[in-house]
Amino acid sequence: MNTTAAAPPVTTTAETAFRRPNYLNAAYGVRSWLLTRDHKRIAILYLISVTTFFAIGSLFALLIRLELLTPEGDLFQPDTYNRLFTMHGVVMVFFFLIPAIPAVLGNFLVPLMIGAKDLAFPKLNLASWYVYNLGGIFTLWAIIHGGVDTGWTFYTPFSTHYSNTYVIATALGIFINGFSTIFTGLNFIVTIHRMRAPGLTWFRLPLFIWATYATSVIIVLGTPVIAITLLLVAVEKTFHLGIFDPALGGDPVLFQHMFWFYSHPAVYIMILPAMGVESELIAAFARKRIVGYKVVAFASIAIAVLGFLVWGHHMFVAGESIYAATIFSVLSMLVAIPSAVKVFNWTATLYQGSISFQTPMLYALGFIGLFTLGGLTGVMVATLGFDVHVHDTYFVVAHFHYIMVGGTIMGYLGGLHYWWPKISGKLYPAFLSKLAALLVFVGFNLTFFPQFILGYLGMPRRYWSYPPEFQVLNVLSTAGASILGVGYLLPLCYFIWSMRYGKDSGDNPWGAVGLEWDTTSPPPTENFYTTPVVTHGPYEYNREEVHNRMSQEVTLG
Amino acid sequence: MASSPLVDPHATQAHHRALAHQFDSLDQQKESSTLGMWLFLVTEIMFFGGLFTAYVIYRTLYPQAFALASHTLNVPLGGANTAILIGSSLTMVLAIWAAQVNWRKGIALFLLATIALGATFLGIKSVEYREKFETHHVPGPSFHFVPESEHVKVTDPQLERHASIFFSLYFIMTGLHALHMIIGIGILAVLTVLAWKGKYDSEYHNPLEMTGLYWHFVDIVWIFLFPLLYLLGAHAR
Repeated sequence: MNTTAAAPPVTTTAETAFRRPNYLNAAYGVRSWLLTRDHKRIAILYLISVTTFFAIGSLFALLIRLELLTPEGDLFQPDTYNRLFTMHGVVMVFFFLIPAIPAVLGNFLVPLMIGAKDLAFPKLNLASWYVYNLGGIFTLWAIIHGGVDTGWTFYTPFSTHYSNTYVIATALGIFINGFSTIFTGLNFIVTIHRMRAPGLTWFRLPLFIWATYATSVIIVLGTPVIAITLLLVAVEKTFHLGIFDPALGGDPVLFQHMFWFYSHPAVYIMILPAMGVESELIAAFARKRIVGYKVVAFASIAIAVLGFLVWGHHMFVAGESIYAATIFSVLSMLVAIPSAVKVFNWTATLYQGSISFQTPMLYALGFIGLFTLGGLTGVMVATLGFDVHVHDTYFVVAHFHYIMVGGTIMGYLGGLHYWWPKISGKLYPAFLSKLAALLVFVGFNLTFFPQFILGYLGMPRRYWSYPPEFQVLNVLSTAGASILGVGYLLPLCYFIWSMRYGKDSGDNPWGAVGLEWDTTSPPPTENFYTTPVVTHGPYEYNREEVHNRMSQEVTLG
Repeated sequence: MASSPLVDPHATQAHHRALAHQFDSLDQQKESSTLGMWLFLVTEIMFFGGLFTAYVIYRTLYPQAFALASHTLNVPLGGANTAILIGSSLTMVLAIWAAQVNWRKGIALFLLATIALGATFLGIKSVEYREKFETHHVPGPSFHFVPESEHVKVTDPQLERHASIFFSLYFIMTGLHALHMIIGIGILAVLTVLAWKGKYDSEYHNPLEMTGLYWHFVDIVWIFLFPLLYLLGAHAR
């Protein structure tokens, strides 16, 4: 593969010259979209909703960074600032990061990757999108009426007895949204168990499917717990009960336990699908099988299981017993093992691979670096003594943004760029997209690396003003956020542009293997013209027919 | 993989009215919905599990207040409700049996019986709730709690406050359980109409089995709620 090729190689065949029937031109009109049961169309609906909420969450981030440009609290009142970071967290975590990869890429790809006609429950899938938007409307209603100021963690008794903001509406919004996540996770588990094409055994599944499966298990086991927790908060606030209020005999730390029992695994709901995307990208652009396929697959399961045993590390300073804290500390460090296994296996896959630096690959390489830094600082904050020092400082903020933004969003954008030709049948501009990838990487590091230093020096999170000696690093961070913003706007523009003006991509512009590339792009409504029969594992780039096809594409490119 | 490579499922079942387009066979469809239903029940277990955890923790923290508050619950009514609910699970199973032997009107009759038993449960529950309002045992501004017997030596300095947590959890847990019953009765009502129209037979009665799983689950939740809320520590009355 030519590593300096500016544009992805294109297969221009006579076939692509006329419009084949596909899921996009199968029917027209608003009705055909709003009542669709096609997982691919529902993925597009989710793409629109999720992008909208990402824009709203980014707007709050922008306002936060603007306020932090100067040490004095000069742009907003402290109350307003509290609402800004709360809404940023709520919108980004519950309405963007958790659904983004599963509901958009997962919805589109799971049936395609396993050779099925659709998910097991198409109506439930459509319902999940409506439920997601209903939850979103509740949250937007709260935002428009003045928002919430509790932080996205809703800690009691502040949330239930002292905050006079829209806690109930927001909690109900998240409660409702939880059902949409559960519908999606449940659908994926059943589909992966029951709908695989003939010959597609578990160890022939792409690693994206393994990651999605592990994610779905967390969703199904964890989401109901946050649902009941937030329901209790809403009930306690409405009827003035004392379940979590110490003044009425309740236990506020019980809230923290129940909240983090879900919300820590939720971090793995965000990062595991991105890891799945990462495996697909690395294999496709290094032209190699993923080294230690089974280990990487089981690492996803291990992360899902271990993820449920570490929630107590959020309560090291909340009066947790030293024995519990020590055990949670050790268990939290264990998560680093399967995570590191994945990173090592990706880098080992790169070794002696035929690497091509296409746009998705830039995101994939960026992911490895950012995720590693986020993961290593994760081990640091899992250490009891160190965590007490940096607890509630910008160090923690930087750490989880390296995982959530550096990991999840890099994976999401990398995946969107990789499968965009599959989704739309179009190519986006090669140079502009590589520039955007670079801007995202540079902007991200400039935004969040200074925050590690700020936190270590003692700048606490969630304050609207800070001592003047922190200004230089905060200005760097705000400057980085502006670059990051441009990096996010560019793909939005050229993806929309490409739908009308982009060149036809052909069926398989990357010359990648995988069932999803064995059908046409965009795929027909029923996905495959005949049910595929699988005879080999994923990523078999060394097989003769694949090799021949690829060398042919290189000459075309 | 549900479809055997030797038998083409399309040849025999492709035109069954109940077969959805994404499945190859009725068997695959049934296996999928069964797995889906069990997963849904797992989410329900986690949902109620959060409440049970909270209950167990507070019961351990405030044993006396919880025991004394628990003694005010009406055990005969709760016991009767337990029997009624188990009876409704029996009629639910009989409805599925009626489908298996192709007794179509029988399906509707047993579903009606299940609905009637479920409604009786809710009726008795509302009598119990009314009792709580009358004795000021509903948490809120007019909440008032003293031990029923004057001979009890109160060791909990905040007895009333902690009893209020018991009743908060009592209403939330039984209330959510009752909500599940109401939803179940709604689904059963739809199924009854469809069964009366003859939609289910021995070949296809998947919705009955799935609703049955749900109904049994709601039953089992009550079987945990009843001893935890009503019976625990009853010997100390």
